[in-house]
Amino acid sequence: MNKKTMRKYSPIFLAPTLIAFTIGFIVPFLMGIYLSFCEFTTVVDAKWVGVKNYLRIWGDASFLHSLWFTAAFTIVTVVVINVLGFTVALLLTKKIRGTNVFRTVFFMPNLIGGIILGYIWQLLLNGILLQFNRTLTYSGAYGFWGLVILMCWQQVGYMMIIYIAGIQNIPGELVEAAKIDGASPRQILKSVTIPMVMPSITICTFLTLTNSFKLFDQNLALTAGEPSKMSEMLALNIYYTFYTRNGWEGVGQAKAVIFFLLVALIAIIQTRLTRSKEVQQ
Amino acid sequence: MNARKAKRGGLLTAVFSIISLLYLFPIILIIINSFKKKAYISKKPFAIPTEKMFVGIQNYINGINKTGFFDAFWTSLFITVFSVAAIILCCSMTAWYIMRVKDKFTTAIYYLCLFSMIVPFQMVMYTLSKTANVLHLGNPLGIIVVYLGFGAGLSVFMFTGFVQSIPMEIEEAAMIDGCNPLQTYFQVVLPIMKPTCITVTILQAMWIWNDYLLPYLVLDQKKYKTIPMAIQYLKGGYGSVDMGAMMGVLVLAIIPIIIFYIACQKYIIEGVVAGAVKG
Repeated sequence: MNKKTMRKYSPIFLAPTLIAFTIGFIVPFLMGIYLSFCEFTTVVDAKWVGVKNYLRIWGDASFLHSLWFTAAFTIVTVVVINVLGFTVALLLTKKIRGTNVFRTVFFMPNLIGGIILGYIWQLLLNGILLQFNRTLTYSGAYGFWGLVILMCWQQVGYMMIIYIAGIQNIPGELVEAAKIDGASPRQILKSVTIPMVMPSITICTFLTLTNSFKLFDQNLALTAGEPSKMSEMLALNIYYTFYTRNGWEGVGQAKAVIFFLLVALIAIIQTRLTRSKEVQQ
Repeated sequence: MNARKAKRGGLLTAVFSIISLLYLFPIILIIINSFKKKAYISKKPFAIPTEKMFVGIQNYINGINKTGFFDAFWTSLFITVFSVAAIILCCSMTAWYIMRVKDKFTTAIYYLCLFSMIVPFQMVMYTLSKTANVLHLGNPLGIIVVYLGFGAGLSVFMFTGFVQSIPMEIEEAAMIDGCNPLQTYFQVVLPIMKPTCITVTILQAMWIWNDYLLPYLVLDQKKYKTIPMAIQYLKGGYGSVDMGAMMGVLVLAIIPIIIFYIACQKYIIEGVVAGAVKG
């Protein structure tokens, strides 16, 4: 390929994406880093204050609470969603009737947006809690488990699809050979199936990890952080810091930077793990 | 042995049938409630509507009027269709260019795209909405630029992954036949990339159609609402939530998704698997 002729066409091939990328990502990102060290109410009146915003975060109890809430929520949902998703995938790859229908049903909630899901589950869970004279916003714990149920309902199907693809990629001879060697179904699962779908497990773990950690829409619609910020997750906490507290814009941006660093940390660990696995194979 | 297996298979089918019905229950519940008088929805959500509770399609009419649902539907559709089209066209071109002209500049763009994938929206939420405001992008046409920019990372990454597998000989043959890069791209490269185009379309359409916060912050809310914004507006715009209107709008919001899902199910599931493996 002649690179010289290609370069002549760079305005057509590169410019639209690059301009949009600059507007939609590069400028906001750099400005975001800068503003986290400033006090401001609008972008124009920003005054450099150094790390003051970052220090103020630690005095904000709601942020620390949302950090623990998010961490606990992430751990619970990652475990539950992956165990359920994997189990369902195992059962649905056995030759039973109606698997296609079941897959279709389990996957469906993924296509529905978080805001809609939040209000659907608000009605359902509040209806059940009504029998006990409680609501979802009775305490933080109710909101927590409500979100866990919602998240499982939404994500199990997605992970199931990825696990099914992984299980179907296992060569049939491998399972046959194990059977001839006299392996029990449990031994096959432990020594053949699980090692062979390890890549899918890594993918699903990190997908659920980032999805849960960054959750916003569902949180906003289901409880909106009620009662008094007790069911507030990190993303929602940052949003409220920006848009409901005057004089806290700088702190909100500093929180966002910390949020970004945490997400980046998860992503780096993921890439490392995936790479080391690839080398082994 | 075989009879026992068949029996167990039958049992599993029965168990999964029940679970599937339970899985669909939340959706069925809002459909049932959308026909009830609003006073009964919160108090008796599980009751089958009796004649006393039944209101016909009144909830739907209220919901449509209060939220401007049809306007929101068209706004959502417009934004999703044209943003995805822009993403597919621009990002596939950029990805091809990056892989074929490998120099410092394109490598830098590639790594920037990778980097942008790990940045959560909250990081740029405030500054992005201000930038869009200054540039007057707060309308359905302008927001396409924002989506192209924020969605470029994942799309460029997925397209570059595919371009690597296209043999250079095909493109070289086209060039020798006198095609310029633009002709080569549209007549040779883009048709080969069709599977990746479908994957990217599915992933981005799912994201943009359901996205709430970005359009909420970027669009001029007095003039334009997407469907998620319309639903959230119902919650925030009035003192107590009109549960009847809410149920009606929720059902209306789900109908297009179900139709789309049934029509393109095969592509959606394949797209999700392909996207997950690469992403």
